[in-house]
Amino acid sequence: MFKPFEYTDDNGDFVGIDVDLLAAIAEDQGFTYDLNSVGWDSAIAACQAGQADGMIAGASITDERRASGWIFSDGYYQATQCMTVAADSDIAGFGDLAGKTVAVKTGTQGAAYAESLKDEYGFDIVYMDDSPTMYQTVTGGQAVACFEDTPIMAASIKSGDLPLRIVEGSENEGAPYGFAVFSADEQELIDLFNAGLKSIRENGVYDEILAAYLG
Amino acid sequence: MGQIISSYGWLLARAMGQTCLLALLGLFFGSIIGLVFGILGVLQNRVCRAIEVVFVDIIRGIPMMVLAMFVFFGIPYGVKNILGVSSFTLNALQAGTICLALNSGAYMAEIIRAGIQSVDRGQMEAARSLGLPYWRAMQRVVLPQAVRTMIPTIVNQFIITLKDTSILSVIGFPELVNTGKNVVANTFMSLQTWFIVAVMYLIIILILSKLAKLLERRLSYDR
Repeated sequence: MFKPFEYTDDNGDFVGIDVDLLAAIAEDQGFTYDLNSVGWDSAIAACQAGQADGMIAGASITDERRASGWIFSDGYYQATQCMTVAADSDIAGFGDLAGKTVAVKTGTQGAAYAESLKDEYGFDIVYMDDSPTMYQTVTGGQAVACFEDTPIMAASIKSGDLPLRIVEGSENEGAPYGFAVFSADEQELIDLFNAGLKSIRENGVYDEILAAYLG
Repeated sequence: MGQIISSYGWLLARAMGQTCLLALLGLFFGSIIGLVFGILGVLQNRVCRAIEVVFVDIIRGIPMMVLAMFVFFGIPYGVKNILGVSSFTLNALQAGTICLALNSGAYMAEIIRAGIQSVDRGQMEAARSLGLPYWRAMQRVVLPQAVRTMIPTIVNQFIITLKDTSILSVIGFPELVNTGKNVVANTFMSLQTWFIVAVMYLIIILILSKLAKLLERRLSYDR
């Protein structure tokens, strides 16, 4: 579960930006697929083992992942990451984090951002599996801050009425998310994905999907 | 694989240390809890026995992952909102130790209770009729026999508890599984990472098993 990229909604349907984008791209390119929600760790293993052809899981395109043999599509979403603290917290910037604990979500760009700041500002990082748990560590006080994609954080605070606040000026440059395959044999799938992505960007479907989730 | 070891070997080695630390703390406090409740479970007093049953039933009835969420989030929430101490928090190591201690304590209590009850009632009766007080008879006659039957089961429980530390990855404790997930996320090399993690667990558990064998040999004086 990685709201709003993939999650189960109130009706029990599996939805999200990734889910809708993939559906729109498949429709545009005329291919069919089976979508299984297996979770982040299992998705990586499933692609490596050849049990799945590709994964779309809000995965950032990084050189380190490419070096391990993964092939990424063009970026389908790009966001900045930001630091979020409890609404009543005194923390005004990274300088206030010394000796404190910060929560991040395993495998996210937010985690990479926090790791890049860790040594300079001298804080500890705990790695959680999903966003709700990560937010709870901040609202519950087990961590003083968390790192999350800015639009997602803003939408979650609004929709969940969370007692959290984005720290002003804490945003980074951002990095793109990509659809990923492990084997070079799947290059065709990447090509289809890229072509479909280009075409839904042009016809406006892409913007509609993002607007539906991020408001 | 070599790439993971050269880039993340140190991180994984540290995680192995954290796993050992958490397991040792959990087992230490778990053994104390197990001993206390195990003895409560064999006492004549009905209230004492009821306390043991309720404790064991509650803890055994809750999956440890759920228990971890309760301890990590629930205890600080309760302390804040019910007791009104606003600065109280538990870090992942403290919460993890509490979870492991409660969980292994409940199983250990049953092992100890069963071990003591497996000693023939006649042993206690004989000791008492020779004039030994209850506790002295327990200590000198019943427990030495009980401990010998308990040891293999307790060792088994130790190993299970060691592996249960992996469940505490959900509260962000940087043990082997939590760190392994991170390495997978960074490198996207799933199988290789989990292979290394599996070997690390195997090493810890083999060492624990060997130590346990030594202990078992020392305690079985009649062989």
